[in-house]
Amino acid sequence: MAPPAEVLAVRGLSKTFPGVRALDDVDLTLHAGEVHALIGENGAGKSTLIKLLTGVYRPDAGEVVFQGRTVSFGTPLEAQKAGISTIYQEVNLIPLLSVARNLFLGREPRNRFGVLDMARMNREAEETLGTYGVRVDVRRPLRTLGVGAQQMVALARAVATDARIVIMDEPTSSLEPREVETLFAVIRRLRDAGIAVVYVSHRLDELYAVCSTVTVLRDGRRVHHGRLADLDRLSLVSTMLGRELGEVRAEGLTKFTGDHGAADAEPVLAATELTVPHKLHGVSLTVRPGEVVGLGGLLGSGRTETAKAVAGALPLRSGTVTVAGVPLRTGSTPAALRAGVSLLPEDRKSEGIVPGLSVRENIALAVLPRLSRFGLVSESRVDSIVDTFIERLRIKASSPHQKVGELSGGNQQKVLLARWLAMNPKVLLLDEPTRGIDVGAKAEVQKLVDELAADGLGVLLISSDLEELIEGSDRVVVLKDGSVVGELAGDDVTEEKLMRTIAGDGPARDTVKEAVVDG
Amino acid sequence: MTTASIEPPQDTHPVGPARHERLSALVQQHGALAVLLIVSLVASLSFDSFATGDNISNMATSSAFLAIVALGMTFVIITGGVDLSVGSLFALGGVLAAWGSRHGTLVALLLPLAVCGLIGVVNGLLIARSRLAPFIVTLAAMLGARGLMLALTDEGADTYLIGKGSFLAELGQGTTLGLGNPVWITLALFVAGAVVLRRTRFGQHVYAVGGNEDAAALMGAPVARTKILVYALSGLLAGLAGALNAAWLASGVTILGSGMELDAISAVVIGGTLLTGGLGYVSGSLVGVLLLKVIQNVINQIGSLDSSYQQVVSGAFLAVVVIAQTWLGRRRQLM
Repeated sequence: MAPPAEVLAVRGLSKTFPGVRALDDVDLTLHAGEVHALIGENGAGKSTLIKLLTGVYRPDAGEVVFQGRTVSFGTPLEAQKAGISTIYQEVNLIPLLSVARNLFLGREPRNRFGVLDMARMNREAEETLGTYGVRVDVRRPLRTLGVGAQQMVALARAVATDARIVIMDEPTSSLEPREVETLFAVIRRLRDAGIAVVYVSHRLDELYAVCSTVTVLRDGRRVHHGRLADLDRLSLVSTMLGRELGEVRAEGLTKFTGDHGAADAEPVLAATELTVPHKLHGVSLTVRPGEVVGLGGLLGSGRTETAKAVAGALPLRSGTVTVAGVPLRTGSTPAALRAGVSLLPEDRKSEGIVPGLSVRENIALAVLPRLSRFGLVSESRVDSIVDTFIERLRIKASSPHQKVGELSGGNQQKVLLARWLAMNPKVLLLDEPTRGIDVGAKAEVQKLVDELAADGLGVLLISSDLEELIEGSDRVVVLKDGSVVGELAGDDVTEEKLMRTIAGDGPARDTVKEAVVDG
Repeated sequence: MTTASIEPPQDTHPVGPARHERLSALVQQHGALAVLLIVSLVASLSFDSFATGDNISNMATSSAFLAIVALGMTFVIITGGVDLSVGSLFALGGVLAAWGSRHGTLVALLLPLAVCGLIGVVNGLLIARSRLAPFIVTLAAMLGARGLMLALTDEGADTYLIGKGSFLAELGQGTTLGLGNPVWITLALFVAGAVVLRRTRFGQHVYAVGGNEDAAALMGAPVARTKILVYALSGLLAGLAGALNAAWLASGVTILGSGMELDAISAVVIGGTLLTGGLGYVSGSLVGVLLLKVIQNVINQIGSLDSSYQQVVSGAFLAVVVIAQTWLGRRRQLM
């Protein structure tokens, strides 16, 4: 068999944003009928690469050769017309328009007066969607369909525009298992029709089920490429996270010290069977007073969702949360706060700080209702709390009245931490507490977490930084695809064991590897 | 199309609660019509003078001008925007038509269309290309157009008249088959508007832009061009309505048109078009205009009631419609 034609050749693609080298000299080759896995952790450069290919961004350096010609797309529309279609994680269609009108938007069949031929449009829409397993009345508004069916409409639309390359950015994140199967059938059909597919996902099972080749990005660079079958799960995860398997750590790199927490104390936080549709499937965990419990797993494994579910920020389908023995009304942030659960969110810009307000105002924001009587706030009590935390957390600000937006990332994070500590919590949920802050501040935040646990607080720590997770946690609960797949404690908390658990590379799971698709 | 022959995956996706969906769509689209019919029925049973040929013909003619403005507004609101300049453009169009009638009917008709259409294009350019808020841009156009109109009329001191017997006067004042010519023009415009909105690519783009602008752009819809066109259309129709109104009154009256933009928006929303965009019907806007006029007429018929109460009733009715829409929208999201 002759080797399939090369559809896309990307050479030396680079893109710099202010302060960040988002993509650095990346190559990528796609052949007809190839299903290519594109993987990497958050910030590895996947999105940037996709946006460069589809005309959302312009590259600083490098070239894109598509079907033998050097191309430079100015808009996603140009890329789409040339034959590169993209399906986004969130369905990008018009919910109020009918299914058929969505499918044909911009290329509707018209009669000779330029008026849309609705009968033909509806008929063709029905035929096309039938081949994707979607059998619905195509005249209904799109939003009346399930998410999976909507995703199929998006896919049908992408393929129908004579695509040579279809890029799928986490297409299964909101699909039911049955719908995932349908999607895979469609992907195989595309492959057989000679279309190249770029498949972005964090779900390893899916990658091994449909992809033949793989590119791993890390910190904007390509760190691995080749046949997926040649790379077992553990190697895949370690390449992705950038940790060598045999790497020996001479000394701890973080500021965490020792164990804390009495193993026999009653849990201060007990979450049982937390279930959120598409996101969490019966997650249970406990945190004892003075204990730091790490939450491990890849992006999209349900770490953030677990924290949000405990803090009442995500409605649960089922499951219970108990704080210090008292059941919590789930799905209510105020109830969680009153019970003593504080969440330091992952994205401090959009979910945390108010940059235009002062350090003092930011710290006092959540605790104000408790410091006020008849709606009037006691200024002196606010001052004393603010001063205490500025000193205790070593927040570096010119005065309590400096705007938080002017502080460094690390100090912003400390201000947020102070806000939640001012609530005098029993349980602290930290979602990526050291992301995006400099090394010195990172060490300080880590030390603080240690001190807080020593003071008897129960801490749930989420971090993509393996070292931070391993050295900071007394126990690590590992999530995968919204379920707990393992728990490591004591001497078992090592990088290798953690990566093995994340990869799901236990002996029982080796069978999956045999199901790898041909190349 | 790439449809390689392979047996389709045996999978039927769950079908939503279609019956409730259809019911809520029915209320959204035809609720105003039902209310219009009920109010008209009650009115014609209560007042002998309501269902007379004269009264109906008068109501129809006086509705025509607002209806033409509301037609353009419907397009704008479906894209998720709003056009506050139409009242001023209506007045400006009337003055320009009357002023231009001295130079012949062609000038009298084309001048307001050109000027008002151009102001609409500028609105559209500022909104689509410079990404300014429609509210502010069209508010500025509203003030500017009113100023222009006052300058033309020496602060309202000059009133231009339209000569009797001219083609323009005939267009505004004449009748065909018992109904005023403006009514027939309005009906023709609404039929054309419905076809454009539901059965052309431009119409699809109007819905797409209002339904989800980012997705529309990713799907290849010309977002900027669509926005520019809807504001141009809105300006054009406001100018035309003003010109026809001037022809009907035989003069360019400067005090008309203030507050008309709000009546037009009310009529469009009462007619079932979502103020947030993405959903709407031109037929609904026509019904909305008629409903406002019928309410006005009924209150005038009740001699003892101050005609100011017409505003109260219209306002209350608008509130009820928006509450119903929001409620229907929430029901939808819950499903």
